[in-house]
Order: sequence, then structure tokens, then C-alpha cells
Amino acid sequence: MEGERRPLLEVRNIVKRFGGLVAVNRVSMEVYPGEVVGLLGDNGAGKSTLIKVISGVYRPDEGQIFFEGREVRITSPMDAIRLGIETIYQDLALAENLNVYSNIFLGREKLKKLFNLIPVLDHEYMMQESKKVLDRLGIEIPSLRNKIKTLSGGQRQSVAISRSIYWNAKLLIMDEPTAALGVTEQRKVLNLVKTLSAQGVAIIIISHQLYDVFQVAHRLVVLRRGEKVGERLTHETNPDEIVSLIVGAELVEGGQRG
Amino acid sequence: MSRTQVIARVGRNWVILFLFLLCVIFSFTGRGFLSLKTLNNILLTSSPALLLAAGETFVIITGGIDLSVGFVRGLISVISAIVIRDLYALGYSPYFAIFCGIVVGVLLGFLPGLVNGILVARFRVPPFIATLGMYGIANGLALRYSKGFPITFLPDEVGEIGNGFFFYLLPGRLFTVFEKPLGLTEAEARNLVGIVPYATVIAFALLFVFGFVLSKTQFGQHIYAIGGNIDAARRAGIPVEKHLIRVYVISSLFAAFSGVLSTLIFSIGTHTQFAASLELFAIAAVVIGGASLMGGKGNILGTALGVFVLSVLEVGFLMSGILPFYRYIAVGAILVFAVVIDQLFPEIVYD
Repeated sequence: MEGERRPLLEVRNIVKRFGGLVAVNRVSMEVYPGEVVGLLGDNGAGKSTLIKVISGVYRPDEGQIFFEGREVRITSPMDAIRLGIETIYQDLALAENLNVYSNIFLGREKLKKLFNLIPVLDHEYMMQESKKVLDRLGIEIPSLRNKIKTLSGGQRQSVAISRSIYWNAKLLIMDEPTAALGVTEQRKVLNLVKTLSAQGVAIIIISHQLYDVFQVAHRLVVLRRGEKVGERLTHETNPDEIVSLIVGAELVEGGQRG
Repeated sequence: MSRTQVIARVGRNWVILFLFLLCVIFSFTGRGFLSLKTLNNILLTSSPALLLAAGETFVIITGGIDLSVGFVRGLISVISAIVIRDLYALGYSPYFAIFCGIVVGVLLGFLPGLVNGILVARFRVPPFIATLGMYGIANGLALRYSKGFPITFLPDEVGEIGNGFFFYLLPGRLFTVFEKPLGLTEAEARNLVGIVPYATVIAFALLFVFGFVLSKTQFGQHIYAIGGNIDAARRAGIPVEKHLIRVYVISSLFAAFSGVLSTLIFSIGTHTQFAASLELFAIAAVVIGGASLMGGKGNILGTALGVFVLSVLEVGFLMSGILPFYRYIAVGAILVFAVVIDQLFPEIVYD
């Protein structure tokens, strides 16, 4: 669908071994700007390992990573963040005792000078900027002065996403974003994913909930036992075919056996 | 504000109400409790405790604990007293001796915190164990240098500084600033009221500065972040290890301030103040002030109120003729009460 454009991220022949175990075996994939890619597979298929290679937690044993057309070496999570690759893990990495805008600015607080001398936190600025990014993403949270611990799971997810977007994420990796949420909240997060995609942010989404992935993803990549066993455009496939790819039942023509 | 918000606010500020209630009750039960003299007495004797608890607040917000502060304070009190006594005995001016005692005490105060911090942050020793180790070491060193006795024979100037007041008032007769009036009769001396002790002003100034650091600066914000979610803090690029070390240094620095100040107030260097478990009172004050041992919560103002609850209780019991051991029972009960109250009232939610 976007074949003529340059991919934002391209990984080629990534291999990651843990001792004798090959967790990821020569996997290649691309993600285009504004595209939502669903990364699917059973437990132990290598999804998380692949994600951790891209986000700098693990270093690949073989293979190349290209970002915005240039080959890059991602040796730490900070490297990935500097490139514009943000990962939202299931634990969300929020400080629950701090309020919404403090979390969005966590570690990168905006300061102002008191009496032109003493640097202090600029609450007003952080609050306004946070409000702007939340508005842009259509996120509703009663007050940004509320502590994270008073928010629902979906609201927390939104805060974590807003934080990455505020700091200019170009590629967002989401690990099971809807796993712990109620139905209404799940829908809100999925809508948020669509909004982000429309604004040009590329997203890799890992989820076991096929229904969710089919709603938002443009393209699906299926892994099994560390290898890529299939890649489909969402509108050209159906959940049955994907399930058979995931579990390895060979009933569908075109399924590349891994 | 909605009704729940009002309830939450009142519930979260119960300490102020409780402190007020205590003062009212003791005004009836204790003869002469409601007087300027008692107020000064409470302010003066609680100054070292205020400092101790302020330092402890920083550590507790990170989710740690510092058990060593009581004996670090004792060790610093002993060492500063020895420096003052020996320099004075060598013929130096008392003010020079006192100055050196203060400087040596404060500088040595960096060390225990540095060790505690490195153990906790770099070697992943649980704070309870790391600071329990320092508790033993500081206690042993203090006993070693004091040989088990209080350090005495300090110059009189020590007491003048430590027990000095900004204003003196002899009701109906005279009012002086800084200088204690001379040539009073014994009866007059007994009626003389000092107003605003130096020691309290020093303690308040330090509390104000560090309270500001905690609540207004990025340094303080990162302390709360570490206490709230240490992994999130790390992933947000906060140098967590360095920050923790600084926090433990602040704690033992405050213990040192407290030790130096108690030497000045009581004119002796003691390694334990009347054998009280000062670190436990400091921790109690911090928790009564609204902090949680789980980390992420607490502030200097709350801690100060917690200290005043404890010292009003002490003085009030004394003046009401209640046996002093009941104080321990009361402190224990209030401590648990504080945590229960904290659990009962919801977080404040803004609309």
C-alpha cells in the first residue's frame, strides 16, 4: 500500500541467540511512516525479543537496522529514544505518585529562574504543553494535576503514549497495550492508535487480541519459533488465516513454512 | 470543591488539627503550659530533632530508611565537643574553638551518608541493612572517642550561643535584643523570658532551604520520582544511583547539623541523648507528617509538624504530671494511627 515510499524502519536478517537457543532467526521487516504493523505470534515466538532488539535493550548477533534510510547501531535504549523510537511496555513506566504533566516531563523537566537565579520547576509551562499534546491526540483527562494513581488503566496508557509523542517519537512500539483494559478503554486506546497513525507516527503493536489488531493494523507480521512465517495486508486476510499461521497449521496456501 | 475533596483535604491534614487539640488539652491539664516559656522550651529542645527528621524525610521519600542518624548525630556531637574542648584547652579563643568544632562536625557528616549511599545505590544493599551497619559503627566510634562519658568542660561561650535568644523580656521591666541583661537578682533571672532561640532559627533556616529544594527544584522532583517508580525514573534518564547517594549524604549531613546543634544547646557532647532511640522518633515524626515507608510521599512541613506533635506530647505529659513512659505508649499509638488515617482518606482528585 505504501510500497513506493521509503520505509521509516527496516530490519534485515536479524538474528538473536541466547546460548544455544535462537530466539530470532533471520527476520526482516519494514515499517512505513504512519503505518500500523501488528506483530503476532504465540508465546515464545520471538516477538518480544525482536522488539527489544529494535528498542536497544538487546543487541542483535547478526543483521542490520536502517532508520530513515540510514544504517544505525542501536546499543542502548537511549540510542533508540534519540532516534525517535519509543517503546511503551506493559508496566508503562509512570511514577504513580506524580501528576500527569510531571510524568510527561519526567527526567526532562522544564525549569525557570526564580529571582533570575535559582532554577525551579516551571509547572505552568509543563501543564500547558501537556494539555496541548493531549488535546492534539484527543485524550480527555479531568485535570493534569491529578496523580497517576487516581487514573484508570486506559488513561495511564494515554499518558504514556502522550509522553512519547511529546518528545517526538517517530516510531512507537506498544507491547500489549490493551491487555489490562476494560472494553471501553480498549476502544479508546485503539482510537488513539488510529489518530497517531493519521498524524504520521509509525506504530508496531504486539498483541494477543487478534480482534484489536485487525481493527487498527494495516499490515500483519507473524512469527513462529523465532522465524517470520507470514506477512499479510490486513484487508487481504482474515483471523482464521492468521491463527493458522500463528499455530503452524498448514491449511492456507501461501503460508511460508518456517 | 466537592464534598469528597473537602473530606480528603481535612483527612490529609489531620496533623495540624491534632497538634492544635493537644495544645488545648495540655493548656487545661498542665499548669503553665500555655506560656511563652513553654513555647520557647518546646522550640529549643525540638530543634535537633527537627533537623534529624528533616534529613530522614529525604531518605524515606526515596523508599529507603536511614537507621544510622541517631548515632551519627551522637558521634558528631562527641567529636565536635572534643574539638572545641581540646582547642580551648590549648589556649585558642573559645569562638575559634567553637567555629572549628562546627566545621569539623559538619564535614565529617558527609562520610556516613556517602558510605550508606554507595552501599545502597551501587552494591544494592537494602537500606535497612546498610544503615543498620552504620548505626553500629557510629555508636561504637562515639563510645570509643567519648570512652562512654559525656564530653564536658566546654567553654561557657558554647552555652551562650546554643542557648541564646534574639530577644529577652523581663515582664514589665526591660526588653533587650541579643544581649542577655546583666546584674539581675535571682528572682528577676527566674522571670526572664528569652524569645526566639538562636538554635531554632538555625534549624528553621536549614529546614526552609532544604524544604525548598525538595518541593520546588528538579533535584527534589527526581527524589519523588525515584520513590514512586525507580524503574521509570531510570528509563526517563534520571541518574538514579548518583541521586540516591546524594540523598543519603543529605540525611547524614542533617544528623551532623543536629549533633553540632545539640552540643551547642546542652554544652556537652553526648553520644546518646538520654539513651533515647532518636532515629525511631525521627522516623515516627516523618510518618506522622504524612510520608510513607513505601516511598514517593512526604514533605518537610509535614515532618516539622510531626516533630512538634512528639515534643508537645513530651512537654505536655511532663507538665501534666503524667509518668514519662506513657509518652512512649502514646507515640506508638499515634504512629499507627497516622498510617491508618492515611489509608482511610482518598487521594485528592482535581476536576
